[in-house]
Amino acid sequence: MSDALLPQEFAELERWAATWCLATEPERWAQRMRSSMAELRAFYDAFFPRAEEAIAHCDRFPLDDMPPEAERLFQLLHSLLMVSYAVEVWKQPAVVHCGSARIDRVLEPRP
Amino acid sequence: MARFQKPAEGTWTEHYPELGRGLVSFDDSISPAFYEREREAIFKRAWLYVGRVEQLTRNGSYFTKELPGVRTALIVTRDMNGIVRAFHNVCRHRGNKLLWEGTPRDETRGSARQFVCKYHGWRYGLDGACTYVHQASEFFDLRKDELRLAPLHCDTWAGFVFVNLAREPRQTLREYLGPMVGALEGYPFHEMTERYSFRAENNSNWKVFSDAFQEYYHVPPLHTHQLGPTPEAQNPEYEFEGAHYQLDGPHRMVSTSGTHKHHWPAEHLYPSEALTRSGSTGPWDGPDLGATLPGVNPSRIPRWGIDNFQVFPNLEILIYERGWYVTYRYWPTSHNTHVFEGDLHFVPARNARERLAHEYAAITFKEYGLQDCGTLDGTQMGLEQGAFRSFLLNDQEILVRHFHKTVGDWVDAYAREQAAAPAR
Ligand code: FES
Ligand SMILES: [Fe+2]
Repeated sequence: MSDALLPQEFAELERWAATWCLATEPERWAQRMRSSMAELRAFYDAFFPRAEEAIAHCDRFPLDDMPPEAERLFQLLHSLLMVSYAVEVWKQPAVVHCGSARIDRVLEPRP
Repeated sequence: MARFQKPAEGTWTEHYPELGRGLVSFDDSISPAFYEREREAIFKRAWLYVGRVEQLTRNGSYFTKELPGVRTALIVTRDMNGIVRAFHNVCRHRGNKLLWEGTPRDETRGSARQFVCKYHGWRYGLDGACTYVHQASEFFDLRKDELRLAPLHCDTWAGFVFVNLAREPRQTLREYLGPMVGALEGYPFHEMTERYSFRAENNSNWKVFSDAFQEYYHVPPLHTHQLGPTPEAQNPEYEFEGAHYQLDGPHRMVSTSGTHKHHWPAEHLYPSEALTRSGSTGPWDGPDLGATLPGVNPSRIPRWGIDNFQVFPNLEILIYERGWYVTYRYWPTSHNTHVFEGDLHFVPARNARERLAHEYAAITFKEYGLQDCGTLDGTQMGLEQGAFRSFLLNDQEILVRHFHKTVGDWVDAYAREQAAAPAR
């Protein structure tokens, strides 16, 4: 019995799972803000090339009834999009020119 | 070179001559005394959007809402007969806040057959009638049948629940909304029940933030990254033009052509835009809403992208061509602070791919919204410094001009009515 968190086709991403399989935006945002650019880029570079496959994998199941491994992969995709802004757009974890502003996501759809 | 035709007068601003074209004072955004007048003249007299009917899924559903600027906390509920009602969230007995979870300052929601006060256990039906008084025989001249929660004027339009704090609102909700906003009545808002909600506490007057969302003149310089990763796209000197501006009473709107990134080649896109087929103007593969969308794009601009309706005083409804909508609300908490609420509404995702398109749009909203929020302290500080007493507004900022004029008109009208009222 393996203790894999992700579907086995995505075994190479296991090392990111503990950090980035996060169920809510506030958790993903906080994780991005406390990560270094090197960490964000490493996660992004490892996962982005397989993102399309990962979406296709999750799409094999109903949105509200994914097996736990697919659900964690889905969370990892959410984190990838969260990290993408730091890597693709701002080149830093925080938003450029955001000053001291803070916006909290207080409600989001689940699942 | 103008890309969109302006009205015959030559500019949008001159098309509405009552606006003038001179410098504009923002003293209305830095004065504690003006703020006190504004609360009475505007927030206690206008219809205020407090939530969607979808938040009240069945009879007995309720949510609470804080309106700090007018020191009012509400209960909005769908009673056992399906009627949407609003009450002050205050117990008749000794004034305790009736419904709360966590702390009395937090908003809450749920479903109930009756409301029970935590303090001495009085109970109320969802129609507001008191149904139980603990140790009733200890009271004097108690007429339990006459005890009720304090109701508020409450009405719904297109699924938007509004309240009015006036004793007698001068207009019904529909009269108040007028023909321009009212024309959206048949838009399928009710299909867009998947909701992302955001909240921010900002260090600026409420109008200063509203101003940032009723002009797009700031977009190329402030949101330089928004158009895409290429140097051509990230041009802060790119010239923005609204395609159509329209005023109707205290309300106003602008139609814009949007970006239509679904037509762009991949090299002009961020990789995650191409991956999710989504971004700042929403999911590219929107739902099929049918051919006619009442009220949107009122001037039928070609290549329409976004309508931005500013419903006085503090509601913005953004309707996107790809079939989703956003609301913004700005709730004053003092003359130089406010709470901002942004809600994104989508037709519910049917699969993981659609949900990720919504998620990326919601992430994008926050990223660029933080840039808008980030400038606020600076604007408020700059205004309060008093180095300049009036400011320059261009034709693309016509809605800012109209907004501050309307605020001033309402405050003046209230002052005149107070002066004319017989002394008590
Ligand atoms: S204050 Fe509510 S029961 Fe006493
Ligand atoms: Fe902006």
